Amino acid sequence: MILYRYLAEAIFLGFIVLILFGSLLTVQARLLMHAVLGLAVALVGVAGLYFHLGSPFMALMQILIYVGAVCVMLVFGIMVGQTPNQAAQLRLSSHNLALGIVTCGAGFVLLTATVVRTQWVAAAQRVGDFSMQHLGESFIYRYCLAFELISVVLLTAIIGAIIIARSPQERNQS
Amino acid sequence: MMPSDNLTTYLIIGAFLLVIGLFGMIRHRSLIGMLISVELILAGAGVNFMAFNRFTAPDPAIGQAFTLFIMGIAAAEAAIVISLVIAVLRRYSTIDPEAVSDMQG
Repeated sequence: MILYRYLAEAIFLGFIVLILFGSLLTVQARLLMHAVLGLAVALVGVAGLYFHLGSPFMALMQILIYVGAVCVMLVFGIMVGQTPNQAAQLRLSSHNLALGIVTCGAGFVLLTATVVRTQWVAAAQRVGDFSMQHLGESFIYRYCLAFELISVVLLTAIIGAIIIARSPQERNQS
Repeated sequence: MMPSDNLTTYLIIGAFLLVIGLFGMIRHRSLIGMLISVELILAGAGVNFMAFNRFTAPDPAIGQAFTLFIMGIAAAEAAIVISLVIAVLRRYSTIDPEAVSDMQG
């Protein structure tokens, strides 16, 4: 039994390595296509974290929506916007780059120090569980309005995207 | 205590995703590169919500519902930004944010 526990821990560390590697590839890639690949790797790692947090449903949704839909859309945008092997236009001077690294590093250190020093208190008692049934019932009963609103937001975004991306000639005809 | 049973581990990963996304927004000088970095930041927010949901929230459905809404918002945002990129590309023939500066006076 203890062996399985260590195995799960090793898989967890593997997912963390995926996140680190993918996000570093995302910011350091010279080609935009490599940046999208790094983003996909990092998001798969995040899906693994969701699995460890007791929610396989969210892990699958993460892979379905982020890796499946958003990354494909980004690849589409890159292929429309420029040739795939074009560089990501890294034109920062070394001075500004150092400033950016220092700022982000300082932010990370401050956030980490705050997180480590805070004493997090768990809720006194829990209602419900992590099952998909409980989540679905919450969506239908308790968060019904938010659930409907998010679908309206998505519909509006898609229609707006079509209208914005139409060519001017088509717009004049209609 | 194993690292996967510890709230701090997940919060540090969320903070890392946030700052690496910010750094990517500084470093990438094209609209799509900046959009990719925003996706990293949103993923960090999702990790935070799921971690607090697992360890401190009274009802485990809250964090999962909120993370699902974040995913929906991210998908809508990506669709809008891609269409904006296409519109900018048609007007300016480039997606360099420095070139799109008609209103700077």
